[in-house]
Amino acid sequence: MQTSWIPFVPPSASTLSGKVDALYFYLSGVTIFFTLLISGVLIFFVIKYRRRNPYEIPRPVAGSIKLETLWSVIPFIIAMTMFAWGAQIFFEQSRPPSNAVEVYVVGKQWMWKIQHTTGQREINELHVPVGRRIKLVMGTEDVIHDFFIPAFRIKADVVPGRYTTLWFEATKAGRYHLFCAEYCGMNHSGMIGSVVAMEPKDFDEWLSGSSSQQSPAVAGQQIYETLGCASCHGPAGEGRRGPALVGVFAKQVFLNNGQSIKADEAYIRESIVNPQAKLVAGFGPIMPTFQGQVSEEQLMQILAFIKSLQVQTPGPVMAASPVPTPSGVPSAAPAASSTPRTGP
Amino acid sequence: MAESYVEHEASHPALQHHFENLEQQREAGTLGMWVFLVTEIMFFGGMFLAYTLYRSKFPEAFAIASNHLDIKLGAINTAVLILSSFTMAMAVYSTQVGKLRAQIIYLVLTIVLGLAFLGIKGVEYHEKYVDHLIPGTLIPGNPFNPDPHAMHLTQGVLMQHVQMFYWIYFAMTGMHALHMIIGVGLLSVILYFSVKGRYSPEYHNPVEVAGLYWHFVDIVWIFLFPLLYLLGRHLGGH
Amino acid sequence: METFVPPVPSRINYINAQYGLKSWLLTKDHKRIALLYLGSISFFFFIGGLYAMAIRLELLTPQADLLQSTTYNKVFTQHGIIMVFFFLIPSIPATLGNFLVPMMIGAKDLAFPRINLLSWYIYMLGGIVTIYALLAGGVDTGWTFYTPFSTTFSNSYVVATGLGIFINGFSSILTGLNFIVTIHTMRAPGMTWFRLPLFIWAHYATSLIMILGTPVIAITILLLAFERVAHIGIFDPAVGGDPVLFQHLFWFYSHPAVYIMVLPGMGIISELIANFSRKNIFGYSFVAFSSLAIAVFGFLVWGHHLFVASQSVYAGMIFSFLSFAVAIPSAIKVFNWTATLYKASISYDTPMLYALGFIGLFTIGGMTGLFLAALAVDVHLSDTYFVVAHFHYIMVGGTLLAYLGGLHYWWPKITGRMYPEGWGRFSALVVFIGFNLTFLPQFILGYMGMPRRYHVYPAEFQVLHVLSTAGASILGVGLLIPLFYLMWSMRYGKVAPGNPWHLPGLEWRTQSPPPTENFDYTPVVTWEAYEFAPPEETEVVGKFHDKVPEKA
Repeated sequence: MQTSWIPFVPPSASTLSGKVDALYFYLSGVTIFFTLLISGVLIFFVIKYRRRNPYEIPRPVAGSIKLETLWSVIPFIIAMTMFAWGAQIFFEQSRPPSNAVEVYVVGKQWMWKIQHTTGQREINELHVPVGRRIKLVMGTEDVIHDFFIPAFRIKADVVPGRYTTLWFEATKAGRYHLFCAEYCGMNHSGMIGSVVAMEPKDFDEWLSGSSSQQSPAVAGQQIYETLGCASCHGPAGEGRRGPALVGVFAKQVFLNNGQSIKADEAYIRESIVNPQAKLVAGFGPIMPTFQGQVSEEQLMQILAFIKSLQVQTPGPVMAASPVPTPSGVPSAAPAASSTPRTGP
Repeated sequence: MAESYVEHEASHPALQHHFENLEQQREAGTLGMWVFLVTEIMFFGGMFLAYTLYRSKFPEAFAIASNHLDIKLGAINTAVLILSSFTMAMAVYSTQVGKLRAQIIYLVLTIVLGLAFLGIKGVEYHEKYVDHLIPGTLIPGNPFNPDPHAMHLTQGVLMQHVQMFYWIYFAMTGMHALHMIIGVGLLSVILYFSVKGRYSPEYHNPVEVAGLYWHFVDIVWIFLFPLLYLLGRHLGGH
Repeated sequence: METFVPPVPSRINYINAQYGLKSWLLTKDHKRIALLYLGSISFFFFIGGLYAMAIRLELLTPQADLLQSTTYNKVFTQHGIIMVFFFLIPSIPATLGNFLVPMMIGAKDLAFPRINLLSWYIYMLGGIVTIYALLAGGVDTGWTFYTPFSTTFSNSYVVATGLGIFINGFSSILTGLNFIVTIHTMRAPGMTWFRLPLFIWAHYATSLIMILGTPVIAITILLLAFERVAHIGIFDPAVGGDPVLFQHLFWFYSHPAVYIMVLPGMGIISELIANFSRKNIFGYSFVAFSSLAIAVFGFLVWGHHLFVASQSVYAGMIFSFLSFAVAIPSAIKVFNWTATLYKASISYDTPMLYALGFIGLFTIGGMTGLFLAALAVDVHLSDTYFVVAHFHYIMVGGTLLAYLGGLHYWWPKITGRMYPEGWGRFSALVVFIGFNLTFLPQFILGYMGMPRRYHVYPAEFQVLHVLSTAGASILGVGLLIPLFYLMWSMRYGKVAPGNPWHLPGLEWRTQSPPPTENFDYTPVVTWEAYEFAPPEETEVVGKFHDKVPEKA
């Protein structure tokens, strides 16, 4: 939906924004219609039936079941069209396509730390190519934040202790606002930045121009080695006393309580910080918790490493390959840690 | 549109000026207590919700923590409260039929049983204090720090999830104990007026209403006892 | 209408029955307690209004010039806490409701007068604790107290403020309890459920929410305080807790609380529309039951505050569906009010102007709620100025306008004096214009992406913010005018007769101000609600006038 000529509408720059705008205009239309209808009728009655002499008593009126039904059913039907339309777009918006390129986002009072799978790091800026589906995997190191890109009509809370995701496909190159939309303390209104959507060619240029650091998968592998994960899960994640990690991501895992679960981001995160919560069938509760030993960012890097341990590399990947290469590059990952303050 | 007006009947000394008659006053008092008890259910409801959520999240830790509670004292307390509900009901009945001596005796018994419950609860709390089971840093100088061995902590269960159980335990039983204290206070006031001979078969609503409250507090305990004490029986007692 | 004013004999009434501070502070008379509440909520409204002014002034420019971030965060938090917990929730029930519920059903007082007085003391205690917290250093968590910010990260007086709100909650519970019992057991002979004025139905529905919802916020705040003091981990994911549990518990109360604020307003509007058009309400039972429907459905929609808070997609859909459903009873009310005016005899007195303004603004407020119930649009709009505009349309355009309308309508009954009509109409107009200018631009700001709780913002939003601040200053003036003329009228206003508007309601069938026991004799009701007069008696408009019954 082309909306750039309409005043008071933010730039529309994703595949989703036009759809949200269409529903918004429908809602606005219905609202304006009913507001005008009711105020019109109200003003008409108020003038037509004004009190003409202080003695008049109008004839009392009995209600009308027909009218009551009419003005209950019609608004209900209109409301249901809004519900269905809104739910349909929402459903699409909350299901990230499987072939999306991932970007890792960590919120922290009061900045957004972003890392691409190719290793580029950004703070309060997110560069993305136009026409490609991007999936943001988001966590936070302290309080609840919210990643909000008005031009794409998307936002999602970033909640401590879990991962949330957002996905979009930019349609128009440009620089757009990025806001934190969940109040997060003193400098909340400073937790802003930009999303830069670029033509693919410009984006590739930007990728090669910006200093590419270790990819998250490689950094994750180093953490994996440093923390001694390899002693149980095997140096290449092939599994020893602990379950194998190769190819585990997004697969069903059988648990020792007889249930099975999809090994998604949330499950892997939980298995690192609270390993005993859902044990894989056939393995004892021998893994210690790594809560407090790894930052949110490092968790995401380990996650990226585990994701990279695929039998075959699926999906399109951005410029560089996320498949880990044994490297001796010193870790550049700044293990940012937050120290919660306590008040009176 | 005729208008007419109703006159006051000759009034009982206990009839408050804004009520038409004792029947209306009694109805209002009883309904008032029922409405109040509904708010109490919602108040405890928030904690039951938290209990449900975290118990389903950490079943093993809850079983282990529950197993460490003193089931004997809990069971004795349950019996004490059920008995006190009986004596309370008898106190109301005695008032209604005009046996005022029995009314006073039953009220005293109810209060004594209530105090006994609180005493036993105090003993239990003290045990938890000694075992460093008071959650968080609620008691300065005695943070949550139980001996994992004494808790029979199985491998893989985190102590912080055991603590989850204990804050719910203390929040719920603490709130319940607070209600017991208020109940004992309420009954003491009722007892005072009984001794002064205020209640009669015509006017006994305060005794009834206090009874409703007392039974409610007992019922809350009837829910708390199995939910808190009986989770870890399969693990074997100690 | 002046022709009907007879000389009013100076009689004993609830105001001159007793003198002295003690007679007020220890009163058990629901009318005096209503006045105690009126004074105290006006005080809190004034404080909240000062905060609002500070917010709007800061937002004049995109930079932080008037307030720095720490101050601004406290200012908007305290604006919300004071306005929601200490003005909006008690506003109509505790003042007009307290005064009128017994009078409208023909009772001498509420069922539990001592509990009624206790509720005012609890309210004041909660207020004092909160004011203490504000003076000691304030609180900066937002009125929503989201964890883990409020439990671990905030450096402000969270526990003290929470304690104030916790205490205040009991005043709300006791008021609701009192109303429910009174409406059930104290109706005058002949006052059947379907003869009750709609104001009473609205208060009954409101009381249900008060007794069912308020205990939940009480326990929620208690847990929050425990978590903050002892770091137990209730809402802390680091030890297995869930921060989103807090949001569920919080909104389980705080969404229905919106209906605590607006339902009594709707009750007032039903009274005003019927009485100032001399017409019985179109579809009385639909309007009555829609209040109950709102109270019940109101408890099932809290999850629409969590559409973007990592709630599951399916939970989102259910809550979205239910939120659309709760819009229907509100729509029924609006249509019935409008239909009531058909072939009516409409006067343009101040209360009626407020009522008409309410219907218009409530329509906008309600319809914009649909935007926020529609999942995909809410994702874009949540936590933006659109939300701010929406709930101000409900709370200010709805509750505050209804409150002012009701205050003017019953002012002669409460004080025995008329307010100056010309000033009343003028200020109603100023409030209406100022309000729209303040909050209409905020809808647009919201869709353009301006997040709430920002004091520094991109420059492109400034024009709309300037408009909004301009509107706020008009609104502020519009609200100050009644403050002055109402106080003036208490002493110098025209003496009001018992029934200045010539209405059939029970509260008008006694003198103004009423005697301590409201009626000289317990009335027997033989008429339906809003039964103005049979057609053959149309000429006796003033028939209820100051009718002091003869002793039978």
